[in-house]
Amino acid sequence: MKKYKWLVPTLYIIFLMLPIYWLINMSFKTTTEIINTYSLWPQKFTLENYVKIFTDSTWYMGYVNSITYTVFNTVISVAAALPAAYAFSRYKFLGDKHLFFWLLTNRMAPPAVFALPFFQFYSSVNLFDTHIAVALSHCLFNIPLAVWILEGFMSAVPKELDETAYVDGYSFGRFFFKIFVPTIAAGIGITMFFCFMFSWVELLLAKTLTATAAKPIAATMTRTASTSGYELGLLAAAGTLTIIPGAIVIYFVKNYIAKGFAMGRV
Amino acid sequence: MNKTINQKAWYFVIPVFVLVAFNAAIPLMTVVNYSFQETFGNNVFAWEGTRWFKQILLSERFHASLGRQFAFTFIILLIQIPLGIAIALTMPKKGWGVPVCLILMSMPLLIPWNVVGAMWNIFALPDIGFLGHTLNSVGFDYNFTQQPGDAWFTTILMDVWHWTSLVVLLSYAGLNSIQPAYYQAAEIDGASRWATFRYIELPKMKKVLTLAILLRFMDSFMIYTEPFVLTGGGPGNTTAFLSIDLVKMALGQFDLGPAAAMSLIYFFIVLLVCWIFYNLMMKNEAKS
Repeated sequence: MKKYKWLVPTLYIIFLMLPIYWLINMSFKTTTEIINTYSLWPQKFTLENYVKIFTDSTWYMGYVNSITYTVFNTVISVAAALPAAYAFSRYKFLGDKHLFFWLLTNRMAPPAVFALPFFQFYSSVNLFDTHIAVALSHCLFNIPLAVWILEGFMSAVPKELDETAYVDGYSFGRFFFKIFVPTIAAGIGITMFFCFMFSWVELLLAKTLTATAAKPIAATMTRTASTSGYELGLLAAAGTLTIIPGAIVIYFVKNYIAKGFAMGRV
Repeated sequence: MNKTINQKAWYFVIPVFVLVAFNAAIPLMTVVNYSFQETFGNNVFAWEGTRWFKQILLSERFHASLGRQFAFTFIILLIQIPLGIAIALTMPKKGWGVPVCLILMSMPLLIPWNVVGAMWNIFALPDIGFLGHTLNSVGFDYNFTQQPGDAWFTTILMDVWHWTSLVVLLSYAGLNSIQPAYYQAAEIDGASRWATFRYIELPKMKKVLTLAILLRFMDSFMIYTEPFVLTGGGPGNTTAFLSIDLVKMALGQFDLGPAAAMSLIYFFIVLLVCWIFYNLMMKNEAKS
């Protein structure tokens, strides 16, 4: 039985790669070929779909918009979550447990519940169709997650570290940025990975809060699917390109992924 | 860790509190506001009391979508959790296989959700998709856009594809935290493979598995984009889960009152289940 152990993950990975391969396969075909013939690889290999995306500003700006609000969101979430996670991991204070659960409830809130109120709220403060609106709205689920992960990593650092630093005459600010932050650098990296991931893949809120100026790539795709008939080749190429930023990010954090998914709580 | 009592810690929490309150409390109040009123457009409202709540709680449509939602969540948990554990157990523990497995398995997690839906749509199309074409050519009468059973099968397969890796990675992290000494002890005692799993690995994975179940419950309960792109809730309403139904009501038909009442009931159910899980999790953590 041990000899065939490798079969399970291998079959699983094949299952994972099949739809991705199919998408890539489609992206190198013309739309006519996709509709008229069934083939396991492109018969007439074409780069036309990719050329269109990189030359048409409504397409490539979609990527720029998505990456912009995702980066904003990651920075805001981690910056706000750092001190809060420190407080939760080091101190007891009035209402701490309730506050922690309340934060988590926001990770549980279905975005569909918030779509309409968000639209009205961000319109009323004149932030509709801006990158910052999407970045702020994604804080709803990313900040609780960031606090949760960082708190796990921070709790793993012994408190003696703080105490020794104070005895050595460090002020809080110097201790926090010079000693504590470097100590949990891996945790911060993981947190940023998760914030990036969840902001990058979310569409409902991003679509609701934007019209043209900050429209995410994912929304550009849905619009294309409905207005210009069914340009499958173009859609497949755009989809393939959305996989790349994620793949790059995974490559950089590969050694921490498993640990990070356990949120430092293993 | 024994924590010191320090009320000033609240200052550290203020930025998070403000940002989340700004995002959660204000919109939630809007929802509460709508749920008790009738709108006539132009900001004209009339008090309706609990009428919308009664209407939703008694409506066939809500019961149907809630039933579908529970069925879906239950099925995917039943598949993803055991499958995730099995894959984590058989994954290589060292060598070049580890990064390869981790990178490839994480891929589905980082694909935007509508792309997941679109990808599965073209993958499953009966005439030009690999899955649809293969199933049809071996003799199944498969068409997910027309037959409810096929639509369910495809949606579940898509979710298994999308999220099993999360369970795998969590379980893998749990397994990695087991010291080799435990396995050596089991070997000396002549424990069977099943006994090793049952008495060493499973207890060590308890914490991460609770987390996995909690995350998968929350996320599958609010699933929207992927089935919306894949099936659009159809054929008919057979794959219209709670979020799809809600968005249809709120943004499609602009029935703000009932949609708001439904949002609150929906949120309350998620909260209740998560609260139970959270308490179980905290209890476990306190014990260990």
